[in-house]
Amino acid sequence: MSQDPTVVLALIDWWRLAENFLILSAISMGGPLILLPEMRRFLVVEQGWITNEQVTASVALAQSAPGPNVLFVALLGWNVGMNAGSYWTAFFAAMLSMICMMLPCSLIVYGAARWVQQNAHKLFVRAFKQGMSPVVISMLIASGWTLATAGTELQADWPIWLLSAVTVGLVLWGKIPLVLLIAIGGALGALGLLGGV
Amino acid sequence: MSPEPRKAPGSVRELFVFFSLLALQGFGGIIAFIEKGLVQNKKWMTREEFLEDWAVARTMPGPPAINMGIIIGSRHFGARGAFAAVLGVFLFPSFLVLGLAVLYSSYGHLPEVSNALRGMGAVAAGLLIATGIKLLTALPSNVMGLRVCAVLVVVTFVMIGLLHMRVAYALFGLGGLACVYAYRCLGRHRAADPASSRKDRGQS
Repeated sequence: MSQDPTVVLALIDWWRLAENFLILSAISMGGPLILLPEMRRFLVVEQGWITNEQVTASVALAQSAPGPNVLFVALLGWNVGMNAGSYWTAFFAAMLSMICMMLPCSLIVYGAARWVQQNAHKLFVRAFKQGMSPVVISMLIASGWTLATAGTELQADWPIWLLSAVTVGLVLWGKIPLVLLIAIGGALGALGLLGGV
Repeated sequence: MSPEPRKAPGSVRELFVFFSLLALQGFGGIIAFIEKGLVQNKKWMTREEFLEDWAVARTMPGPPAINMGIIIGSRHFGARGAFAAVLGVFLFPSFLVLGLAVLYSSYGHLPEVSNALRGMGAVAAGLLIATGIKLLTALPSNVMGLRVCAVLVVVTFVMIGLLHMRVAYALFGLGGLACVYAYRCLGRHRAADPASSRKDRGQS
């Protein structure tokens, strides 16, 4: 594990941090996680503000915490701020990063949503929704599949696969609240029933 | 279609509370919670309508789950609704995740923690797959017909889930082709039945 860098942030650096996320936001089609390599390049390689380990931990933490996964961007900012000295800079950098990551794309989507709503009866709008539907459903299933299988092997990690499969069944045919399922998964893991470290 | 009357959020505040509660429960992504909350619990929309909005949310920049909030919020309460939904999704979870970041630096190395996260991740993966399967049940009403839809689903899954190709290829390549095909199908429908051209999804 490499030592976390000590960073001095000048005013121009705060702007660079903001600008980076503002631009990435506008091109984040398919979700912000796709842009992770780009963020890593800017924050780790170009600026040297955080380490690769901090990037990886940010993503892992955001995915395991409640709330949208895009909060990993807040954590990236948090780490930049922590390396710059204090909880205050960390908090400010986290908020700045998150707001800049959400502002452009939200405005675009808001405009698009209004436009689509006003033109809902137009043939090409309906064609767009109908044509995209099977593809986006399948992408949802594929992302679940990738999450379930990444870094695991059937023989060694079958309890993990089984848990994912049982979850699918319980959601489709059971009436258990989803958050309870998550809690059960966490408990099974903590008790060491799923293998692991 | 559904025998029950359509419901709608009563106020911007209700929208904010709805998305706040969902976001706080949504470990490993919140889309599964949004689908269940909107379609099954609140009944603010049918599964078919959810799917149409999801198609838009998924192709726009930004996190699809939050785009969904913007679309729903703006439909009912304009800009205020969209803002309430986004604020709801972010406000409490962002404080929570920063708090967890502080804790994680002290406890993240414990095996129990990483094993628990593994278990939660496996459940979150199952939730995503199950949500996708639920949405599949909305496909029979698709204008392209079930057979074409099935081919699109399988090919997309192979591209992204198995071959790990770029999402953009599936979304804009395959999806683009599907849109062109759907456009032709809709045109044919309209030629065959001129009355149907006046109908849109609002009249169910």
